[in-house]
Amino acid sequence: MSTAETTTGTEAATRTDRPRRTPGLVPVAETIGSAERHAPEPPPPGLPSPPRRPGAFWRLLGSELGLTFRRPRNLAMLAVVAAVPVVVGVALRMVGGGGDDEMSGLIASVAGNSLMLTFVSFSFLTLLLMPVAVAVVGGDSIAGEAGAGTLRYLLAAPAGRGRLLAVKFLNVVVYAYAVTAVVALSALLTGLVLFPVGDVTLLSGTTVSVTDGLLRIAVSVGYIGAGMAALGAVALALSTFTEVPIGAIAGAVVAVIVCQVLRAIPELAPLEPYLLPARFTGFDAVLRAPIDTGALLDGLAVFGAYTVLSLSVAWARFTGKDITS
Amino acid sequence: MTTATQEAGAPLGAAPPSDAAIVTSGLTKRFRGGQVAVDALDLAVPRGSVYGFLGPNGSGKTTTIRMLLGLVAPTEGEHALLGLPLGQALPRVGALVEGPAFYPYLSGEANLRRFDAADPTATPATAKERIGEALERVGLSAAAGKRFRNYSLGMRQRLAIAAALLGPRELLILDEPTNGLDPQGTREVRALVKEIASGGTTVFVSSHLLAEVEQMCTHAAIMRAGRLVAQGTIASLSGGRATRIRVETPDPADAARVLGALGLADVRSDEHVSAELGGHAPEEVNAVLVREGVAVRGLAVVRPSLEDVFVGLTGEGFDVDG
Repeated sequence: MSTAETTTGTEAATRTDRPRRTPGLVPVAETIGSAERHAPEPPPPGLPSPPRRPGAFWRLLGSELGLTFRRPRNLAMLAVVAAVPVVVGVALRMVGGGGDDEMSGLIASVAGNSLMLTFVSFSFLTLLLMPVAVAVVGGDSIAGEAGAGTLRYLLAAPAGRGRLLAVKFLNVVVYAYAVTAVVALSALLTGLVLFPVGDVTLLSGTTVSVTDGLLRIAVSVGYIGAGMAALGAVALALSTFTEVPIGAIAGAVVAVIVCQVLRAIPELAPLEPYLLPARFTGFDAVLRAPIDTGALLDGLAVFGAYTVLSLSVAWARFTGKDITS
Repeated sequence: MTTATQEAGAPLGAAPPSDAAIVTSGLTKRFRGGQVAVDALDLAVPRGSVYGFLGPNGSGKTTTIRMLLGLVAPTEGEHALLGLPLGQALPRVGALVEGPAFYPYLSGEANLRRFDAADPTATPATAKERIGEALERVGLSAAAGKRFRNYSLGMRQRLAIAAALLGPRELLILDEPTNGLDPQGTREVRALVKEIASGGTTVFVSSHLLAEVEQMCTHAAIMRAGRLVAQGTIASLSGGRATRIRVETPDPADAARVLGALGLADVRSDEHVSAELGGHAPEEVNAVLVREGVAVRGLAVVRPSLEDVFVGLTGEGFDVDG
């Protein structure tokens, strides 16, 4: 056997023996992500195995929601979106008070009925302000923890990567619905104070009762909330790629703005049904009689697709990521 | 060929899992760009030890700790904490990684509640009590309601240690726990580590301060540029180098001659006269010196410090100040 052969043989032996498992050791591939699902191999010495508590997920979600809804920045954004319907209502009231005959249809409908202010407010706010608020919470969710360094302690606790991601997503869903509900409530209250209450005249000219009108507002809140949650998922996915929260937030906001610009280009009209922000305004389907459920379901399908895609990307990225912050 | 087979066939992580709090074998991390932060690390941390993980800044200590905690995926090699799969081991492990990190707008207590909520095995009913105890142990009870933003550096470090003590722990991994602490705080942390260890908890403490490790630890590993240079008990590490006898005298030439005549090895005569003590009793050496008329002003037995060990192993000085 020549020297060269011996060396090769040694190397080969070392290489083939590398992946062999030593009992009790966690293989590299299993240390991240799948380790939680692994059954215990040796009888644990020392303390008895601490049981996983059934309510633990909800406790972490509660902690997350507590952070989100106590954070002054997030509350300030809620206050801002709540203020817009008031401003719009007062402005319309002043215009309407002037007795101008050339009021547009929308303004006239608000001036004629308090419930319409909700839809008018949504049509303004879903363009940019509500998406920004949701993008801030979604974009901050992972990147903010990474930037502050708290992510490493959460994962060492161990929060579990998949579990933490699920909690972060549900948190942004709740915030998305909170933003939507706050706008609706603020608009309703403002409307009730400033404008007459009565039957609602829809876009199609049909008149429905106040109860029916409120129901339609509830449906639109459900629809817009789902849309905002989808945007939140996009922001969350971006958030797993950076340690700078402002980067993920800006990324999501820029995406919204770019989509709005694309919508304005007539040649790109075929693209429009697939753009997430283009679907936000689809809530006006509730103003048809009967409600255009087809349009609503189309929109929800787009929201669902964006959510699933974003969460897949977020999961793939986050469960395999080195946490070096 | 025979040697190679033996090496490959030898058990990778010397100690069986139940005896070891931490085992790594061939643990390697190569970052994108090719920089090798940790190179084929084989650690064996016995249960119940206070294990000093020693190395200059940038020698791969923190990357190793991140791999142990599952924050960073190793490029190659294996590791285990407490002989358990990582997800089950982590609730029994308290960790301080690369300095404290908390939510600045929350109080110390609320911060601990947050991290307690992240542990799926923690009992919510006892959270208040456990958090109170942890704050008490690090002496932060009075500042529990204060926002983290207003904590001093030392208080932040203590809060991080409190977070590591939220539950019953079998293993504490403390990365530079005395960083940013004043001498008083450093002493307190050392006392705390000793107290925790006396309760049977294994403590794995990284440090770039040799003296600190010498004072606190029963075992140590020395890292340099991502590689393990040595590991073992403090005594065995120091034992690798000879104990010397040092003579303070106005007649260095005579003293050196006597020591040489006694058969002591490596006689040096610089500031003081010194030689390897070997098997001789120091009092016997002293008696011979005096009998030969050498004026002995002082006599000392110098046991090698970890710093000597480090310098001996690497041929470099240790970056003590970081």
